[in-house]
Amino acid sequence: MKKATFTSTETAWCPGCGNHAILETLIGVLNQLETPPHQVVLVGGIGQAAKLNQYVTANGFSGLHGRALPAAVAIKIANDKLTVIVNTGDGDSYGEGGNHFIHNIRRNVDITHFVHDNQIYGLTKGQPSPTSDSCDLSHKTTACNMSAPFNPLLIAIATGATFVARSFSGDKEHLAKIMHAAIKHQGYSLVDILQPCVSFNKINTFAYYKKRVKPLDQSYDASNKLAAMEKAMEFGETIPIGILYQEQSPTYEEKRPELFDTIPLVDKQVSPEKIKKLIQGYI
Amino acid sequence: MYNILLGGAAGDGIETMSSLLEKILKQSGCHLFTMRDFMSRVRGGHNFAQIRFSNVPINAHRDMLDGIFAIDETTYLEHQPQLSENGFILCDESLAIDDPRVLKLPLKDIAKTIGNPKVISSVAIGALLKIFNLSLEHANTALKASLRSDLIDINLSALQQGFDLTTPRFSLKAAKTADYILLSGNTAIGLGALAAGMKFYSAYPMSPSTSLLEFFNAHGDEMEIAVEQAEDEIAAINMAIGASYAGVPAMTGTSGGGFSLMVEALGFTGIAEIPLVAVDVQRPGPATGLPTRTEQSDLKFVISASQGEFPRMVIALTDHSDCFYQAARSFSLAWKYQIPVILLTDQYLADSATTIPLLDSSAVITYQAPELAPLSDDEPYRRYALTESGISPSRIPGKTEALVRIDSDEHDEFGQITESATVRNQMVQKRMSKLDLLKEELIEPEFWGANQCQSLLVGFGSTSGAIKEAVDLLNAKEMNYGALIFGDIYPLPTKRLKHFATQVIEIINVEQNATGQLASLIREETLISCHHSILKYDGRQLSVDDILMGIKNLKGGF
Repeated sequence: MKKATFTSTETAWCPGCGNHAILETLIGVLNQLETPPHQVVLVGGIGQAAKLNQYVTANGFSGLHGRALPAAVAIKIANDKLTVIVNTGDGDSYGEGGNHFIHNIRRNVDITHFVHDNQIYGLTKGQPSPTSDSCDLSHKTTACNMSAPFNPLLIAIATGATFVARSFSGDKEHLAKIMHAAIKHQGYSLVDILQPCVSFNKINTFAYYKKRVKPLDQSYDASNKLAAMEKAMEFGETIPIGILYQEQSPTYEEKRPELFDTIPLVDKQVSPEKIKKLIQGYI
Repeated sequence: MYNILLGGAAGDGIETMSSLLEKILKQSGCHLFTMRDFMSRVRGGHNFAQIRFSNVPINAHRDMLDGIFAIDETTYLEHQPQLSENGFILCDESLAIDDPRVLKLPLKDIAKTIGNPKVISSVAIGALLKIFNLSLEHANTALKASLRSDLIDINLSALQQGFDLTTPRFSLKAAKTADYILLSGNTAIGLGALAAGMKFYSAYPMSPSTSLLEFFNAHGDEMEIAVEQAEDEIAAINMAIGASYAGVPAMTGTSGGGFSLMVEALGFTGIAEIPLVAVDVQRPGPATGLPTRTEQSDLKFVISASQGEFPRMVIALTDHSDCFYQAARSFSLAWKYQIPVILLTDQYLADSATTIPLLDSSAVITYQAPELAPLSDDEPYRRYALTESGISPSRIPGKTEALVRIDSDEHDEFGQITESATVRNQMVQKRMSKLDLLKEELIEPEFWGANQCQSLLVGFGSTSGAIKEAVDLLNAKEMNYGALIFGDIYPLPTKRLKHFATQVIEIINVEQNATGQLASLIREETLISCHHSILKYDGRQLSVDDILMGIKNLKGGF
């Protein structure tokens, strides 16, 4: 049998959408891994970003809006031999799925979470998302936040995330490097990927991001949590991209050695003898 | 058969005392049934456990009491109307209870002398055992099973000193209960799920389903299963769905409020054809309702919950044995048909404890998926392949080269999103056609009573024991009563009901809700109308006595 590779199929995204570059980059990264397509599960919620897993030749779990993370962690718990990657949007991850975003950081299951952050709702045609910029009250536009914008990276670091990064769909080389590092990281990894929405976001355009994104210096120390939190608060004339914070702390799997041994849960057999004994305990 | 009540405020240790007494009774050769009535508070208020025991198996509680153990005056005031004329009230001598039936003992003083005020309940248990002419012979075993080793000696001493305070008033010939087990309804569900091969349980704590989560937490490591306390019920069910997709039999459990949050994901299992077992331990609603009490008012909700249409199965659990065997069967059905199966139980069944014949885990039939033909290079795996039965061969991601793609959007055979009208029709028909097969293996409602009955009671779930006992008592006078008790309730099995409907003069629905939801479902599915209803919705379980009273009222007195 020929070696299976990851390929993409025709997409339903707008021409010029940042998702195309994310898809192309992800395919490239996946093909560099040793893992074959049938060992990779792409999980998504609902939205333009979540459609990505429809377009890749891998296992695909297209779930409910906002609910990709709980399903993804359970897939990983069920079979820790699988590589589990979530691709979904800013509305899905930070709005509808906000509660899961916070609590799955705390779980630190070894999954990768790519948030395609275009700072707007695309599929529903142009409403502000949690990450949309603050409204300039003297010059109101349609897609801005009257509420305070949500800072996903700051929240992730504060909540104990062990890998927190930002990249940009317009810099494929950078994106590929970050995606690769995120997948390799042991534990939950978050990559907030800035991408333009060509149809609805007239503020945060390709040119807007291109002008502002700035890779972190070589000297940047990603293990310094307080410095990382400060860095996460920079979002304006310059937007830092790169791995803002990374630490190795015990993963969900490592904290449960009785469950995660050499045999994945999917292959374990609940012992009939043990059950019989358990029932007899009620005599 | 005897019936006693132990009552006090939350925090007084009624729960610990009743579970210890239950174990001693069981070891002494008694069958028993304990109903638990808690308030939704950690301290104060009024909680009680009603233990009915005998030398024959018991399936329900009764109202009339032979004895009350009262920690406080409230217990006496609340329950003295239930106490029989020759019954007794056992309490500490300090209580202001003025009743010829009262038996005041220096319980507190003895506990104080022993050196731990908490052993008061053991002093009382000792006194109770003597009153019923039971020995202390089995107390040691029961104490060892219930208490920390350093507490056993002082409790043994407390039991003995209490025992010495009273004299026998009642007597019970012991039965053989060595082949029986004593457990709660939720424990039985947990054991059934494990016996069926469940390996993933996710839930958010919610009364009265929490004891299921606690059961799996207590046994998770030993059984090598994953147990995850989710951040909310939405996460709980989506986790279970993820695990199931990845090939691990999964279950989630909650009560009505949590089930409300799970509804969107329930529909997801329907369209994505992901097998799942969901337990709804009902409590009175709507919204927060009566958190620690009981009701059967989620029936119409769970059979129709979610937008859109898809096949599902709902099984109402009738008693403790049923909890085990149906929980196990639910996995087989969910995995065979790739549908959600909802187990409908309630606080009464969840928290009550009873003695039942030893459960047989080897009798549990687990579903074995048929062997699949190997994939060819030319034809990718079709997760939603159109088949005659509507059931598509499933694969586990990562276990073969097949790429398993599922979708909450409408999809084609490959799991690829589609808006094609043709494919939509095919997929709706495929999913719904699974019901044709499922309907062939439904279990008809259990019939109880006289075959030639003129009056037919219909009920479902946890009222089973009370309905059966009421029918037996009614038939002692005239062999005129029968009952159909539904376990499989959706899709509704109708054969046996249609048979009896042509024979009887009247059908009476007996339900723990205000609107007669079973009667409504029966009417919708069969055009058969119930003539009368016996309904209860105060949060307290319908008893044998309530049913007898209901029948009496319908007849305008015997």
